[in-house]
Amino acid sequence: MRHHFAPLQRTSALWPIVLAVVLLGLVAGSLVTGAANVSALDLFRRGESGDILLVSRLPRTLATILTGASLAVAGVIMQTLVRNRFVEPATTGTGECAALGLLATLLLVPGAPLLAKMAISSAAAFAGTAIFLALVSRLPPTQPLLVPLTGIVYGGIIGSISIFIAYENDLLQYISVWMNGEFSGVLQGRYELLWASGAAALAAYFYADQFTVAGFGKDTAHGLGLSYRAVMIAGLSIVALITSFTVLTVGMLPFVGLVVPNIISRFRGDNTKETLPLVAILGGALVLASDLIGRLIRYPYEIPAGTIFGVLGTGVFLWLLFARPARRG
Amino acid sequence: MIEIENVTFHHGKSPILKDVSLTIKRGGITALIGPNGAGKSTLFALMARLLPLQSGKISFDAMDIRQTPSRELAKKLAILRQDTHVASRITVQDMVGFGRFPHHQGRATSLDHDKVQAALNVFDLADIAERFIDELSGGQRQRVLVAMAYAQDTEYLLLDEPLNNLDMHFARNLMHQLRDLADNHGKTIVVVLHEINYAAAHADTIIALKNGEVAAHSRTDEFMTEEAISRIYDMSVKVKAVDGLKMALHHV
Amino acid sequence: MARTFCILGLCTLLSITAFMVLGARGNWDFILVFRGTKLVALVLVATAIAVATIVFQTLTSNRILTPSIMGFDALYILLQTALVFILGGFGFASLAPELKFALELCLLSAASLALFGSLIGQGMHDLFRMLLVGVVFGVLFRSLTGLLQRMIDPNEFSVLQGSLFASFNKVDTTLIALATPLVLACCALAWHKRNVWDVMALGREQAISLGLNYKRELMVGLALVTALIATSTALVGPVAFFGLLVSAISYEVTKTHHHGPIFLSSILISIIVLVGGQAIFERVLGLGATLSIVVEFLGGLVFLFLILRRVRV
Repeated sequence: MRHHFAPLQRTSALWPIVLAVVLLGLVAGSLVTGAANVSALDLFRRGESGDILLVSRLPRTLATILTGASLAVAGVIMQTLVRNRFVEPATTGTGECAALGLLATLLLVPGAPLLAKMAISSAAAFAGTAIFLALVSRLPPTQPLLVPLTGIVYGGIIGSISIFIAYENDLLQYISVWMNGEFSGVLQGRYELLWASGAAALAAYFYADQFTVAGFGKDTAHGLGLSYRAVMIAGLSIVALITSFTVLTVGMLPFVGLVVPNIISRFRGDNTKETLPLVAILGGALVLASDLIGRLIRYPYEIPAGTIFGVLGTGVFLWLLFARPARRG
Repeated sequence: MIEIENVTFHHGKSPILKDVSLTIKRGGITALIGPNGAGKSTLFALMARLLPLQSGKISFDAMDIRQTPSRELAKKLAILRQDTHVASRITVQDMVGFGRFPHHQGRATSLDHDKVQAALNVFDLADIAERFIDELSGGQRQRVLVAMAYAQDTEYLLLDEPLNNLDMHFARNLMHQLRDLADNHGKTIVVVLHEINYAAAHADTIIALKNGEVAAHSRTDEFMTEEAISRIYDMSVKVKAVDGLKMALHHV
Repeated sequence: MARTFCILGLCTLLSITAFMVLGARGNWDFILVFRGTKLVALVLVATAIAVATIVFQTLTSNRILTPSIMGFDALYILLQTALVFILGGFGFASLAPELKFALELCLLSAASLALFGSLIGQGMHDLFRMLLVGVVFGVLFRSLTGLLQRMIDPNEFSVLQGSLFASFNKVDTTLIALATPLVLACCALAWHKRNVWDVMALGREQAISLGLNYKRELMVGLALVTALIATSTALVGPVAFFGLLVSAISYEVTKTHHHGPIFLSSILISIIVLVGGQAIFERVLGLGATLSIVVEFLGGLVFLFLILRRVRV
């Protein structure tokens, strides 16, 4: 696709604009959707309606966008560094490790401050992902599908450890909250950690060129004078932070990091510096759309955004799997 | 006698075979050659009933492959694909033994055991009969599969690019074994070949396909002309006689 | 081989005895009926999963894929949820359990033949693609199930709860009368065709070459697998890696490709793991319903091991 250079150049300015317009439309939709009847203009008025917007609707909308954008960015980083189109925090055990870390703090140091919880959870996510990468580095590069397959099962094994511990300690509902992303509980004062997640995603933008180069492989990266190891550590740290922030505040949303970068890559290529903003906007838009669908489809009941995205995301994933020409046997 | 009548095959909208009619006489080795995409493997798969016929008719000694039960056909023809992969850990002896399945349906008699033993001996596998096939080299595994087809004890033997993945030692060996099966055991062998010189050296008859049509069907020494080969492969090729055998010099 | 089966048989008897006797106090008439019913259910589940997994692995010519990994039981639960969604909780509950089960079985057979029949028929060369597709199908089915469950009125939802996780503790014993003859019939058919499976395991081309009616055997096999998985899922819920654990051990101890001994040993091993494990977990360790989790954990490890080993070969 990338050798059709001229038309891409012409439309390149169009993409962010179109996506941004779509996102704004969704934001407006999200602000006026809910049990109480408010209009977006109430944001600027005093009174009950304005409070609902400020306390509930606006935080929820922001939380959704931040989560979608940062998970999608985490997906790009992983896919670039691992050089595999099918990895993201949910197919590498990262989410499960973050949850296991949280569970450990809950049991061992119940009174730990939020920051300590976050630190331990991020460290667990980092360590778990590093172990996974060491595991798959032995796999032959000719079998790219083996990597996500191993990752999903690896995540399942970590998950079953968590479930076992949680079951014996009556903490199962925590696991289910951590692993199933939903935004209905988001209120002012209960989602602000996600800004940190967004900041981590933003930091990724400044490393974008390094990620792109590291994605060419260790030797090329060294040849270009890049410290491969340092870039790996930086990338994994960002991914671990984003994942654990997400798990703790709204719960894991599988396949966001997989689907969004693949869509962008199909149309816009893999130059991280150029694609990262697009990935972030599309990620935010898709998760917000999922959340909106979840709020509308069975109104006034709510269906978690994670469930909606699970259906849409796996659909797109299957399409990606089959759209690629099958390897000749 | 193998009769192929008006066989046409489409993959989606694109035609792979266009109204192919052929008669392959009993005995000897017939090589099926042609450039990539000519339809060789499709024709093979149709003959071997691995692909369903879309139109036309194929029969072995008047046994229509569409009318005859698969089990009866298995006593008439044995097939060997290039990419045969067996996942289970099976010993060489057992694997060759499966060649007898069409005859005994799982209840082997002493006759079956004898035939298996004979196949093991013919293909020089007796020494490794107890080994598992996943421990064997590519050449040995190929020999096991040929032995299995041999044990099936059919009049016809169809092979699809059997020389792939074999070095020249094993490749020539295999062709010699096929020659032996044709000459001394009365088998009729049809083999899809990629390399024209193996056909030139070992086949009695050559059938060339091009763009889904039969481009040539003649005795090997008649076929091996610079004109015919150049026409079929769209490149100029020299043909030289080496010890009385015509060889195509297509490498330079 | 005879020694292996002696040991397996002994262990099976031991497991069953432990399950029946350990911690039993009070009225034996009651205990025999109560535990006996549960034992029958567990044995049925163990047998169904063992046979289904072996047949499925044979049909797909590999020893890593299992029906559960390919999302068969997730599909079953999705269909069950879809039925509640369509009929409504009341309509669903008012169906006779036998009729309900028969309906679900038909739906599952149709759906799985449509989905997996075509997949297995064509593209089995790329095993890892199949695996990944199966795993993702599983996630999709579970997500769809979740979606439908949320669409269902909360009151109706309660009809379904309890069937979403495997629980060897809470066995649905109402179905035993129906499940027993079904599992027995399936096993008899699988056993009768054991020579056919030997050939099917060689792969599609070899099977056709050796004169099998490949398509028919494939469909028969898939129907068998479907019926067995539906039965076991209806009894205890979905189990992802249990079948893999059992089949891997069975191949390892029998070291043969003949389906006769493989079937026998896998059924025995399955009973030992399930009944023996349940006896230990429930009666000795006092760890509620966690056997299924431990089994999944071990099965997952086996899965990774098999994949990594396969790559090295």
